[in-house]
Amino acid sequence: MKYVNEKDINEEIKWAQINTDILQSLQNPRKAYWIAIAVCLAMLSCAVVAEVYQYQTGLGVADLNRPHMWGLYIATFIFWIGMSHSGTLLSAILHIIHADWRKPIYRFAEAMTTFSLMTAGFFPMLHLGRMWNLYWVIPYVSDRGIWPNFRSPLVWDAFAITTYLTSSALFLFIGMIPDLAICRDNVTGWRKKLYTVLSLGWQGTDRQWRHFRKTYMLMACFLIPLAVSVHSIVSSDFAMSIMPGWHVTSFPPYFVAGALYSGCAAIITLFILLRYFFRLEEYMTVALMEKTCKLTFAIAMVWTYLNLVEFGATWYGHDPVAKEVLISKFVGPFAPYFWAMMFFGSVLPFALAFEKLRRHMPTMMIVSILLNVGMWLERWMIVGPTLSHAYAPEAWNFLWPSIVQWAIVFGSFGWFGLLFLIFVKVFPCVSMYEVKEMVFHRRREAHAEVAEKFHRRAADVQQATGRPSVEGA
Amino acid sequence: MKKKYRVLGLFSDFEEAFAAIADIRQYKVPGVSVDDVRLMSPIEHPEIEEVLGERPAHVPKFTLAGAIFGITFGFLFLASAQANFLVQPQGGKPVVPLPSNIVLTYEMLILFGVIFTVISFLTLSGLLFGKKEKLYSEKIAVDQIGIIMELDEDTFEPLKALFRQHKVLEIREEVIK
Repeated sequence: MKYVNEKDINEEIKWAQINTDILQSLQNPRKAYWIAIAVCLAMLSCAVVAEVYQYQTGLGVADLNRPHMWGLYIATFIFWIGMSHSGTLLSAILHIIHADWRKPIYRFAEAMTTFSLMTAGFFPMLHLGRMWNLYWVIPYVSDRGIWPNFRSPLVWDAFAITTYLTSSALFLFIGMIPDLAICRDNVTGWRKKLYTVLSLGWQGTDRQWRHFRKTYMLMACFLIPLAVSVHSIVSSDFAMSIMPGWHVTSFPPYFVAGALYSGCAAIITLFILLRYFFRLEEYMTVALMEKTCKLTFAIAMVWTYLNLVEFGATWYGHDPVAKEVLISKFVGPFAPYFWAMMFFGSVLPFALAFEKLRRHMPTMMIVSILLNVGMWLERWMIVGPTLSHAYAPEAWNFLWPSIVQWAIVFGSFGWFGLLFLIFVKVFPCVSMYEVKEMVFHRRREAHAEVAEKFHRRAADVQQATGRPSVEGA
Repeated sequence: MKKKYRVLGLFSDFEEAFAAIADIRQYKVPGVSVDDVRLMSPIEHPEIEEVLGERPAHVPKFTLAGAIFGITFGFLFLASAQANFLVQPQGGKPVVPLPSNIVLTYEMLILFGVIFTVISFLTLSGLLFGKKEKLYSEKIAVDQIGIIMELDEDTFEPLKALFRQHKVLEIREEVIK
């Protein structure tokens, strides 16, 4: 309770100081940043080697065969799609409800969404094997008159992910334009050229801000149902089949909750890393960290509830095959991973309920990584056990994924990390203009008499000139 | 022939800029209308419309048009592709199945809604093809508020006096013709 009056951000900070601090973060990160880049490159090279080997030898080296047609590639695909959810979705929701504490942290969360989607997109390609035929999934007019099967959830996936990636990337870009103009006005060299092109001549005129406000709000309104639909559609890949353990009505909300959960955990991890790499302690404050942790805890409890609902529905549903799959998760060969998932996903989040732990960055770093380990295991527990214990008992077996699969999954984290780290070095990871807005409005709220004088003056002017007020227009 | 000027007044805080515009609106500078005032600021100030008056932002109309286009085009595209590919196994389902097509039509609604919104924003706010303000100060991207106007030489000095009255930091000017 001693932190109850703690402020989200230093409200007395000068606007010029905000520019200086954030622009400086683009120039001189700590040494740990470069170490992280090297680690990501090393991880990525594991995946490249494994993929080259798989490409030249054939998909057999991934051990994907009946009954294990889907393996780590699809589990990790769902994981990355899930990871993408919190960034844009939470940013849009918090924007609509005017929760201004999102402002210092939403930029990197949105970037996380875009790069997670770009990482996720690789897995169906790798999984399909014949990558050179990938264009078959694109609906185009051809001499053969062949079209994809639009009834298939797999095609829905392709459409939904393309829409989500396009919309999220545009949302990220539009939200960055005023900051790109700040960068343009304050840097030299190649960066100046880049920011000049990307800022599109932004000058901060009332006309530009007016259209910006409407556009950003409209895009946020579109992105909320879109984000929910994307993960519901990914859940349809499973729920629309008749496989035991997958044909469950609670799958869409379960997937959405899981997606939000892993995304929030990833935001905590990246929050701590960026705060350290770029010395952003003044903007990524402990108070904001606390809010993110509380949100993650709430979502963790929703996820736990939906998990229990799924188990209960299967147990009392008396479908013997589905029950068999459930029992195999509890006590079969998948049991260690299943119980690890339950521990990391449902028990560990209670660490987020303790103020002392929430405020301790190293603890939160470890907890957030373990939460995501739990969420990755969850995706594996969706894919693996059902294929191991489906309708044909003669095909029941447990398959440990091959080294090629592990290497590509491992490398995907390097790919994501690399894209993300390059982004935050080239573009400001804290929104400068929104932090200015945040301190401006909070300062004004703190000095209510100034705001009162301000509005009284506007009212006087309206009375004198006879023009109607457009407040709230 | 009277000279025409373009003037940019830079203010240290929003309250002073707001007060200056309020005075212009109250016709304290004869011959200068609030409709000629353009504001440049480092952050969004929706409350400025209280004195600037309502100015149009037609983005939502384009958003609606995009969403309607997305629904129409999305559904017709799917239906025409399905109706032209009858050899595809239908599994006892209709050739153009409504329930599954709703999913993709919904995605198209959002995709085109977003794309139309972005294009209209870039066009209407003058970012893509519009004329940029000739007088611009990099200080606006930091912490200053700019009021920009074009006016005749008769009103030039009274406006500068008004700006000074509201503690303007700097006045930049150029002769247009």
